[in-house]
Order: sequence, then C-alpha cells, then structure tokens
Amino acid sequence: MLEPRIIEKLKQIVGPDNIATERQDLLCYGYDATQMEFLPDVVLHPANAEEVSQVLKLANAEKIHVFPRGAGSGFTGGALPKGGGIVLVTTRMNRIIRIDTENLVAEVEPGVVTEQFQLEVEKLGLFYPPDPASLKFSTLGGNVAENAGGPRCVKYGVTRDFVMGLEVVLPTGEIIRTGGETYKGVVGYDLTRLICGSEGTLGVITRIIFKLLPLPEAKKTMLTIFDSIDGAARAVSTIIGNKIIPTTLEFMDYSTLLCVEKRFNLGIPESGRAVLIIEVDGDRELIEKQAARIQGLVKPLGLVECKVAKDAAESEALWKVRRLVSPSLRDVNPDKFNEDIVVPRSKVPDVIRSIDKIQQKYDIPIVNFGHAGDGNIHVNVMIDKAVPGMEEKAHKAIGEVFQAALDLNGTMSGEHGVGLAKQPYIHLELKGAQLSAMQAIKRALDPNNILNPGKMFPVE
Amino acid sequence: MDPLKRVEKDLKKCVKCGACRANCPAFSAYQREPAVARGKVALAQHLLVKDIELDDQTYLTMSKCLLCGSCVEKCPNEVPTDEIVIAAREALAEQRGLTTFHRAVGRVIRNRKLMNMGAAMAAIMGPLFFRRVPANSGLRLRFPLPFVGGKRHVPSLAGKPFLSRHPEVIQGEPGKPRIIYFVGCMTNFVYTEVGEAALALFRHLGCTVIIPRDQQCCGLPGMSGGDLATVRELAEKNLAVLEKFEADYVMTACATCGGALHKLYPAVVGKKHPELLKRLQAMAEKTIDAAVLLQKLGFNPEETAGGEAMTITYHDPCHLRNRAITRQPRELLKGAPGVQLVEMAGADKCCGLGGTFNVYHYDTSLRINAGKSEAIRCTGADAVVTGCPGCMMQLSDGLKQAGAGTRVMHTLEILARKLRQ
Repeated sequence: MLEPRIIEKLKQIVGPDNIATERQDLLCYGYDATQMEFLPDVVLHPANAEEVSQVLKLANAEKIHVFPRGAGSGFTGGALPKGGGIVLVTTRMNRIIRIDTENLVAEVEPGVVTEQFQLEVEKLGLFYPPDPASLKFSTLGGNVAENAGGPRCVKYGVTRDFVMGLEVVLPTGEIIRTGGETYKGVVGYDLTRLICGSEGTLGVITRIIFKLLPLPEAKKTMLTIFDSIDGAARAVSTIIGNKIIPTTLEFMDYSTLLCVEKRFNLGIPESGRAVLIIEVDGDRELIEKQAARIQGLVKPLGLVECKVAKDAAESEALWKVRRLVSPSLRDVNPDKFNEDIVVPRSKVPDVIRSIDKIQQKYDIPIVNFGHAGDGNIHVNVMIDKAVPGMEEKAHKAIGEVFQAALDLNGTMSGEHGVGLAKQPYIHLELKGAQLSAMQAIKRALDPNNILNPGKMFPVE
Repeated sequence: MDPLKRVEKDLKKCVKCGACRANCPAFSAYQREPAVARGKVALAQHLLVKDIELDDQTYLTMSKCLLCGSCVEKCPNEVPTDEIVIAAREALAEQRGLTTFHRAVGRVIRNRKLMNMGAAMAAIMGPLFFRRVPANSGLRLRFPLPFVGGKRHVPSLAGKPFLSRHPEVIQGEPGKPRIIYFVGCMTNFVYTEVGEAALALFRHLGCTVIIPRDQQCCGLPGMSGGDLATVRELAEKNLAVLEKFEADYVMTACATCGGALHKLYPAVVGKKHPELLKRLQAMAEKTIDAAVLLQKLGFNPEETAGGEAMTITYHDPCHLRNRAITRQPRELLKGAPGVQLVEMAGADKCCGLGGTFNVYHYDTSLRINAGKSEAIRCTGADAVVTGCPGCMMQLSDGLKQAGAGTRVMHTLEILARKLRQ
C-alpha cells in the first residue's frame, strides 16, 4: 500500500479524474493476455511527457515501482504490476501529431492504436507496414516497447525498422530525445534501437517518429495446400530463392488444419498436410506476374490445391482460414501457452520435427502455425490447467522447444518478448557477459530499479 | 443459485487478449478498462469467487454496457460477455435489490393496464412530449421522467396507439402465409407509421396479419437493471399470447423486440425450465425480422416503393447485426426505385441507446451518438434508415442536437412509400 501523501502527490500530478485506487479499478489493470494477474496500488493515466516525468521523479525518489502499460494486450506480461506499485497507462496520449508527406515521416504519441495510425497514413497514400495480430487494439507505444512484428515483416521488417526517433522519459525522470527524423544519423549510441524492444524497462516512450513508405497499389492473396510440411517449407525457400519476397508467407501445420477443419468444415482436401497463405503486394502488373511465377514454382513441391483470390472479398475469405485458428484451438484443450520461436527459414521443417518429438515425449498437443517466411513459428502448447501435473509438463516441453530453436541457430522469441513468461528460460539464450552487459545498461539508467522491475532478466 | 454460476464456464473462456477494446462502444466513450468487455469479465470472475463486493461501484461498472454484442461477435474465443453482464446484473439485483428506478420500470412493463392507460391519457392530451408522459406509461420504462434532461429531443407520442387502430386478425388471401406481428412499445406508442408500413407491405403480399391485442412489452428495458424476474415473466406472458394464434411466422419490425424473442427469452429462461424453454425455442424459430421475411416471400420493392428521388444511408441496429442481419435490408433498399444508398463510416457501430443505458448514462450515450451523427452527416444523405424504432429515436436526438436536418426513417417506410402515398 502506498502512503496517502504519495497518492495525494500523484493526484496533483495527473488530476483527480486520472488516478484510480479502488480495488475494482485496480483489478482491471492487473492482467494482460498471459492470463497472469497482479494487483497494483494505483493506476495513473498521465496526459503528457511532463506528467510522466513528474511521476517517475517521485517514484524514483520514493523507490516505488512503476509499470508502463499500453492496451495491456501483451503475451508475456510486460505490463503486469508484479509486486504492486504504479501502473502508468499511456492511452490518454493518443494524438497523431503530424504526418509529413514530403519527408515520409510521422510523429505520434504512444497511445495511438496501431490500426488507426495505419488508416490515417493510408488516406494520404502512405504505408506503415508492421501488423501485429493485435493491431486493432494494441498501441504504438506498446508495439515499440515490445518491438512487435506481424505477417508482413517478411518483406518490410519489424516495428524497430520503422522507428526513427523517440522521446523517452528515463526512470530517473529526465525527458530525452533519441534519433530524429533523418534517415542518416551517426552521432552517439543508437539509443532508439536500444529502447525498441526494451519492454518498458529502460524508459517510458512518450513520442515516436516513424518512417513511412508509399502505399503499394494492390495485393494478391493465394492459399496453397501441400501434401507435406516439407513441401510447404520448400515452397518458402524456393519462392525467396527465386528472388521473390512476398508480403506474407503464413503457414499452418497439420494439427492446426485438423482443428480448423473439425470445427468449421472449410473443405480442405484430405491429403492436405500443410497450408501456406501467400500474399504479394506492389504494382498491379508486377503482382500478377509474381503470383503466376509463384504458382509455377510451388507446383512440383507436392501442391494439392492452390486458390487465388480475384478480389478483396475473396482475399478476405482466404484469410478467414487463418483467423479461425484461434477459436478452433480451444477445442483441443482449454488453456494454451503461445510461444513464438524463430529459426532460419530453411530450418522450419527441422524445428517442426523436433517439436513433434517433444509433443510425443510429453503427450501434450502442440499446434504450430505462423510466419514461415521469416521462420517465426507460433508454437501453441495446449493444456488443461485443471488436469494435475499438466502445466508442469508443459513448462518442461516449452523449455525443450526453446532449446530446439536455439540449437538451429534460432531464438526463443521473435515478437512477444520475455517479460515474465519467458524469464525462467532466458538463461538458455543469454549467457555470461552478454547478460551482464544488458544488466549493466539497466542499472546505469535505472539505479533504483523502479521501472518495470522483475521483467526480462532473472531476478537477482 | 448465484446467477454468475450460469456463466462460470464462459468466464473461463476469456484470455484477456484485449480484442474487445477495438469494438466496445462504451469503452470508446470512457477509455477506461472497467468499461470494456474484458474488464467486466474480470470483475465477474472476481464476483463469482466473492473476493470483491457487490457494491455501488460494481453496479455502476456493470451498468456501463449497452448489450450491443459487438464484443461477442469479434471475440476470438467467443466469450458471451453480454450474457455475463446480464448474469452479473441479476446477481446484483438479487443481492442488493433493484434500484427505485428499475423497480418502477419493472412495475410498468409487467402491467398491461398501466401501459394502456398511459397510452389513453396520451391520446387525450394530444401530441405529447415524453417529459409530459403520465407516470404510468409504458414509455417511461425507457425514458423515465426524472432522467429526461433539458437538452434531449424527444419525438411526440402518437395520438392513437397502433394496437388499438386495427382488428386483431386481418384476413389475407387463402394459401398465403399467416403472420403474427409483434409490434413493440416504440412502434405502438411513438413510431406508429412503422407499424402501418409493415401492415401495408405484408397485406400487399396477401398475407394474413395477426396483431395480438394482449401482446406485452418485450421486456428488454428490464435487462439494464438486472430485473430478470420481469423479463422471464414477460417472456411467459408473450409466449402465451402468441401461442393462441396459428401462424407461420412471428414478425418483428423492431430489432430489439426481435432480439428478445429470438435470443434473450431462451437465454434468460435457461435449462431450469425445460418445458418452457422448448416452447420459447419453438417461438424463437418462428421469429423473423420484417426485412428478412420480405426477402423470403419474394418481395419486390419496385411494386411498393417509389416517390421522389432521395439519398439514404443505413444504420445497422445492434440487435439485427448480432443476428447477422446486415445484407438483407440493404438489398431491399437498393432495389427501391428512386433511392440511392450510400454507406456511412462505421454503419455497424452502436448508436449508444442501449435500452436504459441512454437514461442512466445520457452524456456517454450522447458521446457515442455524436460519432454516429457525424458519420451520417458526412454521407450527405437525405435520410438515415434503420430497422429499429429504438435506434430511430436515438438517431433523431443526436442529429437534432448536431443541427442536422437529416430525416430518420425505418426500412419498411422506404419500402412502402408508394403504398402509403
């Protein structure tokens, strides 16, 4: 519990309408998509960087923990107030400050919802590609803090690749600017890239300058069904090996197909063992050519069926298959651990085989789908928490899945981050001096360890 | 039994992903997590295990839901938050008793005589504003006097309620469908022209139209306060009234009433009363929205619509949208001569009425409505058309406050323009 004088000071900073201390309000800011829950002491909705700065100065002086939060849609607990303290919600800072059509940059506040930003820039013929699955509700601040990805990253890169500059409030309360709005810039350390993906442990983002692209003229969607996972994987490397980089290359394995088919009866052929949804974008003529080329390339790889969307409505129908995955999975088991390992794209079949072995060893259903184009696989370990011992088994299986990815020169997480959920496994990937260097940065910027403490690194 | 037990399994389905933040009209207005579906589900989970109290704050939080169902439609895990909120409201009502307001609502909507008296008095007093509606009018269940603020624009009451204008059975051609018309309070007392249009259209098709005299309020206004006892009672009463007549369909031209007959009644009665549930389900299967029925009967708008050229835009009532009725009214309207349909941005977004939400949270309701009014204005349409008299009232209020001269009409009014000239 925070002392009344602290609450009073916080109230003065953000105003009485933007502070919550009632238990019922606190409960609603203690969860995220990990389904873990912690109770904060107070929830604040600051209006600007100046208020954030004052809050952090006070928290730093009083050694109160502060947990920055956007929409609270993260998968690893990055925004969760473990141990209690202040939840600092950034969603009131939700203005798009400017969209500069001459320099192709935009400046926004962190609380802007990703899709709203995309729609605004698209009105001007511009394009902000990062498209995490949560884009309809997640915030840009959260996207930057977690370095969010998405299907389109195969071609365009992740959130980090579009961040040119930031305004950040440091844990000690100073407001700094990093980077800028020029494409080139080599003065000093690249703090912008350091903050991207720092999961709210190094500072609170209060402004973002994004790079924008011209909006592609059109896109074309294809749904291809293969008779083996290897066929689908070879399709990925064949397409890219032939110098075509599709916008998206989404894949679903056999267990995923079974789930979707059982529930929604989409008429996927019996012999189908893996699906690839391939999308290309660009000039209309170019994508027609690319689509034809891709169809030719994948045909000899055990192709069972290829559906090509003729218009937006048909494209939507093809994507529906992908969107139905989530609700279908619940039929397997009620609870899931949603991991997001990455391997070099050519190693996708290898890692799927390893996962299959792990699944058999622990006798737990594991369903795989995701972004085959960049080797980023969503590994869904489906369990029923009500069955005794199943959760423990799942944790062991997950550890082995991570190790399998690492053994293939991959990583534990491509998009979701570490937060609390992956913290117990971080020693598998970060070792010795590498980990120490990261922790040294954290100590230097946050000497009192007040900002999102207990996240990412093992608790000392 | 704790009503929340009913939804215990559903509560577990929510994984707190936050998808509802993109679709919830209450959240769009409040911008705070307790207002969104995910927050309410979280609170309901804590209520179920009794680690939070059913207090004033819970009451207020649970009242901040329009029951529009948009979160349910878009939820990746198909969490029925509307049913969860209804259960939480019922639990609140059971443990704390109903508020004075909601008790009054229940008293009025359960009492057919009071409702008729309200209507009779309204007829004597001529074109009335709601603020002058007698205390015992059925209309007060949606718009009780003490809550009607100064700035609200309200439509005048019809001189003679729709139900007392026509015989109970209007015989059609032999071999043509027999249709029971469930009218609803808004059409009966305010938008009687919607009822007249419905009657004209189905008579044009040769149908026999039955307008049961004893039909009651659908009961939806009782949902806001968690007065499920009243809703159940009305479900039974209406069922008995409707079952008296042999008919192929139960037709509604009010999205809200249709939603009540189709979804709400079976849901609130539940498995505890298997016999009643079976009968309600049979009635639900017969229940059909007027636009859908017109299409089903091969109706051709060219025969009955027409008149001077006009541009219209269509607003999706939540209680049609969440029954997947979005395509049919548009197809009919597009087929109407002289009518050009332009889509507004966010046509599927809630207008902000939400039964008595509009009364309890009028300013928030207005904020939600303001976005709607703006979207309507941007189309430049002469009229906004919809399939729910409740929405019609809310849209009128919003447009008048925004200073827009856009007309508000029902789909059936457009379709029956030639017949009604």
